[in-house]
Amino acid sequence: MNQWSNFTKGFIKESPTFVLVLGMCPTLGVSSAAINGVGMGLATTFVLAMSNLFISALKDFIPDKVRIPAFIVVIASFVTMVDLVMAAYVPALHKTLGIFIPLIVVNCIVLGRAEAFASRNSVISSLVDGLGMGLGFTFALILLGCIREALGNGSIFGYKFINPTSDGILIFVLAPGAFITLGFLIALINRFRKTS
Amino acid sequence: MEYILIIVSAIIVNNIVLTQFLGICPFLGVSNKLSTAVGMSAAVVFVMTLATIVTFLVFQYILVPLQIAFLQTIAYILVIAALVQMVEIILKKTSPSLYQALGIFLPLITTNCAVLGVAILVIQKDFNLMESVVYTIATALGFGLALIIFSGLREQIELNQVPKGMRGTPIALVTAGLLSLAFMGFSGIVK
Repeated sequence: MNQWSNFTKGFIKESPTFVLVLGMCPTLGVSSAAINGVGMGLATTFVLAMSNLFISALKDFIPDKVRIPAFIVVIASFVTMVDLVMAAYVPALHKTLGIFIPLIVVNCIVLGRAEAFASRNSVISSLVDGLGMGLGFTFALILLGCIREALGNGSIFGYKFINPTSDGILIFVLAPGAFITLGFLIALINRFRKTS
Repeated sequence: MEYILIIVSAIIVNNIVLTQFLGICPFLGVSNKLSTAVGMSAAVVFVMTLATIVTFLVFQYILVPLQIAFLQTIAYILVIAALVQMVEIILKKTSPSLYQALGIFLPLITTNCAVLGVAILVIQKDFNLMESVVYTIATALGFGLALIIFSGLREQIELNQVPKGMRGTPIALVTAGLLSLAFMGFSGIVK
């Protein structure tokens, strides 16, 4: 398979967020600022790439009947690693993302790729697929985070572009804004995908 | 009094779906029809309560004494997956009618992040066993409340004309946003 298209499909064509509509909890939960999107996205990318790599390498040894629990154990191990590493080196970000880091385990994207891709493809393809899907997810989170932060707070990546004493449209950084922004973003992308 | 505060806070003020963003997948996935939403809510109340009790005991009496609390995530997800499987088998044998009603929702619950989320949250909040149980039941009821209201709304949307690009997920998300806005009206009732 062409590795480049395998890598890029996660961005728009098979974007886990916009097209497959998977992993909605972290997408909505941590996208109140762009920087959170970077942290969450990269953590998920690491877990996706490593679990895809290991599951693909171990696929011949795992009996078919217990494959889902086996996949979950592999995924949970990497999530624990990410959790501990982030707690040690970026404690502030770890605190902001909070419960969503251990919840990468039940992110449908990770188990979905393990089952749909890594369990039937070669090691290299699976690694590339994991990286592509993870970065596609990161891209979606950053996009959503930038829009919400810009509208809600008047800043992007913490850099304020409106009068520093004034506020943005607060609702966009609160819970309702997450649903509404994502809804309109998916509608826009649907339209773009159908015309092109 | 303390329990009432926990209950009000978990059901309406800090609703798990609409303000904490846990359990969005089933919230969007099985909210097309009111009847399936009711079935899913019942299954979640049942499994979530059971899962929290078991994981709480596992944490307090196995992980902490052995000093392996950092394995929390792995232990919990395995306990929940095993529990769901067990509930499914027991229901199938003992109560076929209940199994018929809840059966198809059970496998979906393993990957419902609200179940794992609540199990982790009660540890973070330092609740004792009784508080955990009350909190979990209230949270699950809050999930059910949101899901049932939302599915009622979606049944109505089906009958309306929606712009092409907005059909399906986008309009559902915008509706959820408005619902979440309505629930924000409760904020401030409980600190």
